[in-house]
Amino acid sequence: MHELSFAENIVEIIHKSVPRDELEDVRIIRLKIGTLSGVVADSLDFCFSAISAETPLANARLEIEQIPFSVQCNSCQKTFANDIGIVVCPECGGVDTNVVAGRELQVTEIELDDKKEKTS
Amino acid sequence: MSIITVERKVLEKNDEIAGRNRALFLSKQIFVINLVSSPGSGKTSILERTLEYFNHRVKLAVIEGDVQTDFDAQRIARYDTPVVQIVTNGGCHLEAKLVEDALVNLDLDGVKLLIIENVGNLVCPSNYDLGEALKVVVASTTEGDDKPLKYPGMFQHASALIINKVDLLPYLNCDLNALKKNALSINPALKVFETSCTTKSGIPEWCSWLEQNLSTS
Repeated sequence: MHELSFAENIVEIIHKSVPRDELEDVRIIRLKIGTLSGVVADSLDFCFSAISAETPLANARLEIEQIPFSVQCNSCQKTFANDIGIVVCPECGGVDTNVVAGRELQVTEIELDDKKEKTS
Repeated sequence: MSIITVERKVLEKNDEIAGRNRALFLSKQIFVINLVSSPGSGKTSILERTLEYFNHRVKLAVIEGDVQTDFDAQRIARYDTPVVQIVTNGGCHLEAKLVEDALVNLDLDGVKLLIIENVGNLVCPSNYDLGEALKVVVASTTEGDDKPLKYPGMFQHASALIINKVDLLPYLNCDLNALKKNALSINPALKVFETSCTTKSGIPEWCSWLEQNLSTS
């Protein structure tokens, strides 16, 4: 259950990125999660809700963009994708390949409700 | 609505501490292995055979990670080797901070090789850099030949695979060639060893590889 540890790290990143008096205006935290990052999105979502409840981040939610695992073959230059992490090229059998996506574990954006808009 | 662009790795704090650990290991010229596997694959037995093989010719130290108990540290201490036990109290993996804290209690004087035995788990430890030079994954024959396909993350991050308990192959439905083929489809660069901690087969090959890495690091 390492998603709890990830959720704690996300809260810490929010605290570093948003001024303290604006924490309660945070609505959406956008993340990129690779399909081979070992993170279960639902589980991360649950852990984040659990640790942000009754805090200034109670109204914030995660928006997770899943990034498919994809690999480029350096022999035939084809790009291929699969869900299980195979890196051997299905076209030419080449093993000289690079993983180009699918391991991401990143906070990309934080969206805040603008106070000024609320009062006007 | 206003949007703050962040672009930060979720585990940036862990990576920062792992970087500090790595710098410390480099300054002391210690080669560090992060040993990972599912529970019961024989990580501690492989460590015991490794300590026997080197027999103090190369000075080793060990960090043990477990959810509970210091049983593994007790086993290693019998070999007159510096060892620290990290008890995670439910935590499913080691993090760089736990290793940094454990290093305070470990005598690294003259140590050339530090092996960190991670918590038995094929999922979570793959995300956490501890500051090691290499990850080594153990898969035992009793676990079946499809483990690399079920837990690709761990096999992708490893530099070497130890297939342990090969002495049991005659009694199991585990296809050794399929196990190797599956692992190499996930990571073609894996260096593969076949060991038995009972018969000690494969232990010299594994230890020679370790020693080569020591001399080139």
